[in-house]
Amino acid sequence: MTGPMVKAEQVHKWFGRTEVLKGIDLEVAPREVMCIVGPSGSGKSTFLRCINHLEQIDSGRLSVDGELVGYREHGGKLYEMRDKEVATQRRDIGMVFQQFNLFPHMTAIQNIMEAPIRAKGENKTVVRDRAQALLDRVGLGERGKAYPSQLSGGQQQRVAIARALCMQPKLMLFDEPTSALDPELVGEVLDVMRQLALDGMTMIVVTHEMGFAREVGDSLVFMDDGVVVEAGLPREVLVNPQHTRTKAFLSKVL
Amino acid sequence: MSIDTAPQAGTSARPDPIKAVPVRHPGRWVAVGVIAVLVAMFVNSLFTNPNWDWGFQLSNAFSAPVLRGVWVTIWLTIAAMVMGVLLGIVLSIMRLSPNPVLSSAAWLYIWVFRGTPVLVQLVIWAQLGSLYRNISLGVPFGPAWFSFETRNLIPNVGAALLGLGLNEAAYMSEIIRAGILSVDEGQSEAASALSLSRMQTLRRIVLPQAMRVVVPPTGNETISMLKTTSLVAYVPYYELFFQTQAIGSRTFQVFPMLITASLWYLAMTSVLMVGQYYIERYYARGSVRTLPLTPIQRLRVRLTKAELR
Repeated sequence: MTGPMVKAEQVHKWFGRTEVLKGIDLEVAPREVMCIVGPSGSGKSTFLRCINHLEQIDSGRLSVDGELVGYREHGGKLYEMRDKEVATQRRDIGMVFQQFNLFPHMTAIQNIMEAPIRAKGENKTVVRDRAQALLDRVGLGERGKAYPSQLSGGQQQRVAIARALCMQPKLMLFDEPTSALDPELVGEVLDVMRQLALDGMTMIVVTHEMGFAREVGDSLVFMDDGVVVEAGLPREVLVNPQHTRTKAFLSKVL
Repeated sequence: MSIDTAPQAGTSARPDPIKAVPVRHPGRWVAVGVIAVLVAMFVNSLFTNPNWDWGFQLSNAFSAPVLRGVWVTIWLTIAAMVMGVLLGIVLSIMRLSPNPVLSSAAWLYIWVFRGTPVLVQLVIWAQLGSLYRNISLGVPFGPAWFSFETRNLIPNVGAALLGLGLNEAAYMSEIIRAGILSVDEGQSEAASALSLSRMQTLRRIVLPQAMRVVVPPTGNETISMLKTTSLVAYVPYYELFFQTQAIGSRTFQVFPMLITASLWYLAMTSVLMVGQYYIERYYARGSVRTLPLTPIQRLRVRLTKAELR
C-alpha cells in the first residue's frame, strides 16, 4: 500500500479564542520533501507540531501513515489515546526544533542514544554503533563526547538531526531548523538535510530558506493566516505565484 | 589605501604599559586598624578570661556522651534530609500535576508544615499520644485489624525524625518545584517528540537539569538542618545539644559546654560547605564550557609552577 505519509483533512486549531489553523488540507507522499513557507504567525509551525501531537487539533482529521494522530477509531467512534500510545506513535516521527533543544547535561552521543535505549528498549551496543554512524554521517564523528555547550549552533543542530534519525523514523519534521543559526552556519545544516532528502526520507520542512525549498523540495506550500494559500511545485510557486498574498510575501523574502 | 592589522613577524613585542600613580585608599587602612584591635582584644580574652575554661571543654568535647550526641546529630540530619528530599520530590510533582486534587493536597501540606514552627511540630509528634491514644490499621470507619499505642509506635527518636523530615519536605518541595520550572519547556518537548514517557522525561531530562537550581539551596537546607536538629533536645532525644547541656548542668559549667557545642556545629557545617562546593561543581557540567579548578587543583598548579621556577 502506498497511501500518503501524512494526510490532513480540514484541520482546525484554536488557541483560546484565536483560530490559528482554519481548515488545512494537505497530503505528503512517501519520500516527498515538502517545504512550508509563510509569514510568522501563519500557523505553519503549529501545523507541524500537530503532526506529532505536540499540539492537539480541535477539528478535522490528521493521519500519519494511515493512522490517526492521537486517536483510535473504533466503530465510527474516536477514543483519545493514552500517553503511552501517543509515545508509540511518535517513534516513527522525528522532529528537529528551531532552538535545537539538545539535552545540555548529556554529551552529543548520549543525546542521540537516549531515546532508542529508553523509549524503544534497544540494545545499548547496537544503538551506540548506530549513533556513531549517524554522527559520522552529519560530519561530527569526532565530537561524540562533546557537550552541547561546546558545539557551535550548526553542530548542535546536526547532532539534533542525528538524534531524531537514531529512532529510525519514517517521517522527519523540521521546524525552522536554520532560523536560530548565524548565517555562515546555515549551509552545513542544509547540506545534511539535502543528503537526507536524497536518501529518500519523507520530510516536512518549515523554513525561510527559499533556495533550499527550490532545490530540494518536491512541493512548496505557502501558508498565511491559518490557511494554505497556494501549493505546488516549488519552481512554479516561487517563479509564478498565483495569489496576491503569495506575491506580496515572496517579494519581501526573495 | 591599505589597512594592515595583522602584527608583523618579529615586531609583536608588547607595548610599554601605562605608568600611573594608583588610587590610594586611606579608609581601608583605618578599617584594618580598627578590626585588628578588636580581634586582638578578643583573642587576648580567650586566654586571660578563666570562664572560657578550655581545659574543661577539652576534657569533655570528645567524651563518650558528646561523641554519641555528635553521631545522633549527624544521622538525624542525613535521615531528615533524605526524607525531606524524597517526600519533597513527590510533593513537587503533585503540585505541578494537572490533577487539581493532587496539586491542592500538596498545597495544603506545604501550607500547614511551612506555616507552623518546627519546634512546635517536634513537640506535637512527641505528644501525639495525648491526641490519639491508639493508632489502628484496618477498614476506614470500620473494624481494626491491628492497634498500637501511639506512645509505643512513635518513640522519641521517631518524633524527632517525623518532625524534622516532614517539615523539611515542605521546604524541599518548593525548592524542587522552582528547579523543575526553571528547565526550558523545549527540553520536555524534545523528549516527548523522541517518544520518551512523562516519567522518563522527568527522571532523565528535567530533574538532572533542575538539580543545578536545586542543589545550592538544598546545601543551605542541609546546613540549616544540622543546626535545627538541636531543637530535638526538647523532644527530648539525646543529640549533641542535649548531651552538652546535660554535662553543663550536671557540672554547673553551662557556658563552656555551649562553646563546645558551637565548635562542634561549626566544624560539621564547615565540612558540609566543602561537600556542597564539589556537588555544585558536578552539576555545573555541560552548562559551562570549562569547569573552574577546585582549590586543591589550584594549589597543585601553583606548586608545580613553583617547582618549575
